[in-house]
Amino acid sequence: MADTITVAAGDKIRCDACPVMCYIKPGAAGACDRYANHDGTLVRVDPHVVLERTVSHGGKLVPFQASGDWDGKIVRQPELFVTAIGAGTTYPDYKPAPFIVSSEVDGVDMVTVVTEGIFSYCGVKVKIDTDRYLGPETAIVRADGEAVGHVTTSEYGSQMVSLGGVHHLTGGSKKEGRVTCDTLMDLSNCKAVELTIDGGATVVVQAGKPPIVNGMAEERMRVGCGSATIGMFAKQWHGKVDEVVVVDDHITGVLSEHQAGKLLDIADTGIKMKGRRSTPGRYFQVADPGTGWGGTNISDPLSILGPFNAKEARPGLTMLMVSTTGEHASYYVLDEALKPIETEMPADLKFSVERIQENCEPALCTVLFMGGAGGSLRAGVTDNPVRLTRSVKDALTRVTSGGAPVYVWPGGGITFMVDVTQMPAGAFGYVPTPALVAPIEFTMKLSDYAALGGHMDFVRPLSSLRDSAEVRPMPHLPGRRA
Amino acid sequence: MTRAFSSEVDTGSRQENASSQESRAPFRFHRNGKGPRLPQIALLPDGKRLHLQDGPIDLVIEAKGRDADVSAAYQAAAERFTGLLDELCAELVELRSAADPQRCVLKGVVARRMHAAVAPFAAGCFITPMAAVAGSVAEEILGAMLEAAALDRAYVNNGGDIALHLFDGEQFTVGLMDRPDRHGVMRTMTVDSDMPVRGIATSGRHGRSFSFGIADAVAVLARTASQADAAATVIANAVDLPNHPAILRVPGSELQPDSDLGARLVTRDVGPLAEHEIEQALEAGATRARMLLTSGLIEGAALRLLGETRLVGATGNGTLVSHTFQARTIDNTLQA
Repeated sequence: MADTITVAAGDKIRCDACPVMCYIKPGAAGACDRYANHDGTLVRVDPHVVLERTVSHGGKLVPFQASGDWDGKIVRQPELFVTAIGAGTTYPDYKPAPFIVSSEVDGVDMVTVVTEGIFSYCGVKVKIDTDRYLGPETAIVRADGEAVGHVTTSEYGSQMVSLGGVHHLTGGSKKEGRVTCDTLMDLSNCKAVELTIDGGATVVVQAGKPPIVNGMAEERMRVGCGSATIGMFAKQWHGKVDEVVVVDDHITGVLSEHQAGKLLDIADTGIKMKGRRSTPGRYFQVADPGTGWGGTNISDPLSILGPFNAKEARPGLTMLMVSTTGEHASYYVLDEALKPIETEMPADLKFSVERIQENCEPALCTVLFMGGAGGSLRAGVTDNPVRLTRSVKDALTRVTSGGAPVYVWPGGGITFMVDVTQMPAGAFGYVPTPALVAPIEFTMKLSDYAALGGHMDFVRPLSSLRDSAEVRPMPHLPGRRA
Repeated sequence: MTRAFSSEVDTGSRQENASSQESRAPFRFHRNGKGPRLPQIALLPDGKRLHLQDGPIDLVIEAKGRDADVSAAYQAAAERFTGLLDELCAELVELRSAADPQRCVLKGVVARRMHAAVAPFAAGCFITPMAAVAGSVAEEILGAMLEAAALDRAYVNNGGDIALHLFDGEQFTVGLMDRPDRHGVMRTMTVDSDMPVRGIATSGRHGRSFSFGIADAVAVLARTASQADAAATVIANAVDLPNHPAILRVPGSELQPDSDLGARLVTRDVGPLAEHEIEQALEAGATRARMLLTSGLIEGAALRLLGETRLVGATGNGTLVSHTFQARTIDNTLQA
């Protein structure tokens, strides 16, 4: 009763998952054993379900067409692969009922093995193919105003964001955790999510789709940096234009000064670039990063030029300015005052701009789900969890996520990454912990399973699943397997 | 008890979620406190058993009979189950208070059944109606099923507290485990339709609720599940060695702030005990069990402590329990 509670009110939290509304002390679980107080945060402690448990407790098993790279020697029917998707139930198995209802096996219907969960530690790594400036490194990435991750170090032609992780999931406010969970799940299920970056852009991200930066859909990755673009197209420009500037946030290239131009004996033009010269014809920091030309913040490319040098420049000199994706391009002719005047671009230069566009790969967002299978999940598979880890490292056990191949990180634990577009639709779920729910399967030889301390008495033949009415085919979505 | 924090897989395909979200993923409705909170209702993959879950209540149900009867019974079970937890929670404060041996102020039919089950013990010791919650819920759901359909055999298993229906000639076999945190069956027992037993319950210090005693498990056969539930609690509490230094006890409210046991000491851990101490504790419980047997509150009991078992129970021929509880496997071959 309330009047007998002796603990300080601040210690406990009240669970609102069901009308019992338990007060739960730190480190303890509520009456249901499904929710617990983990350092002041309500977390769900339901076991994750692997196959054995699923079969016993109402989960659905999902076969789908496995990809052809697995030799099928271990699973007898190579065309059928049982995934963990949809395997979930909520039966509190760590405390199986002391009485077990009979009639199934040997007069007694056993409650199945305790298999505990996964992916309290998880997140997604998102690669956004754009040179547009999304925000400074380490800037907070938000969804619905809540911090869900941050901008991390960029990669070739791409901005990288890292979302999720235990701190956003359970370390912040309840809303932060919920929004993070929603964001991770939606991204993992290939849905579009709008992210805003502190001090940066708003970007709509969807796995396998172009990013939409500040309302503009990105179409292409840049063909290369500005310098590389000069190198690639110098010959095509030679004789058609006197000067070319490829505007790029990273390295802006200038044809007449660039090694490629020198090789073609292109004359000096008296051009004066702003920014910091790296090597001839290559300039860093011509402008601030942004969503304008070539990932800079400029909308008028002339703003990165100083006055032309009268010693070398002459009236009538022609100049093409183009971004690294060919998306922006302007053509200028110097007037009597050596001032560039924008003029209609000749057809052959238009062609070169289109060629740049053509050589840019489609810009996509790619989402890798990353999660760690810690001790508890492994215990669901074997009595001796570390042997499962070793078995994975020794490549005796194949790890898949929704049947999709994964990359398992070297080092401790079973931490893996998987391309969510390779996974069947709706593979991810969540629990109100909040935590993300993802399928994981361990496939190994029966003899190896026995050797690593597997729960042999819970192994059941695939045929018994095939006959089950609970097995449903996964919808095949064309194009998901990119 | 330490345990890893974890999660689970709970969704199927996107399409499936769209079409049957309400019945498959009740948790989605908890999140922001909006919308109806529905129990989980699903057939287990064997296609025979029904799984109902809501908050702390988790039922596995099986009915045997004509197909139409079975499905009518399952339908009735699901209907009765929906909202049942809310019914109970409406009177939770009273249900968590010491039961009055004479007077019942509770209104709900399940709450009143809980009270009725514990009332016989309320004069002699502290007990709240919560001691019979699991059995009472099981009984209620079984009742709803039997009202809706004629069944040969049925059970509602509420986490080990089981309400039974056995028509003529039917029987029911259960396996008994002494350590619910391990698997392996220590004994089996068979309940025949000609026995008065329609309820089975287990209590002990390893279960979800706390015990004042030290029994690993006390299994009770009684006429109803609610009676079995209450009696198992009382007998398990009696398996004890008061003031023994090897037994760690802490206030129940320290473990669960809103425990109905309040600041009363509950068993947290049991260290090594001498053989005669185990005997002594079991005998204390067995004495209590024999009293309940004599007064007709139970039909039999099996008490388990640190590998030792004591059986209590006699019918006219004096063999009910020893006949019913058949040692099936060697006790110590349990899988650890």
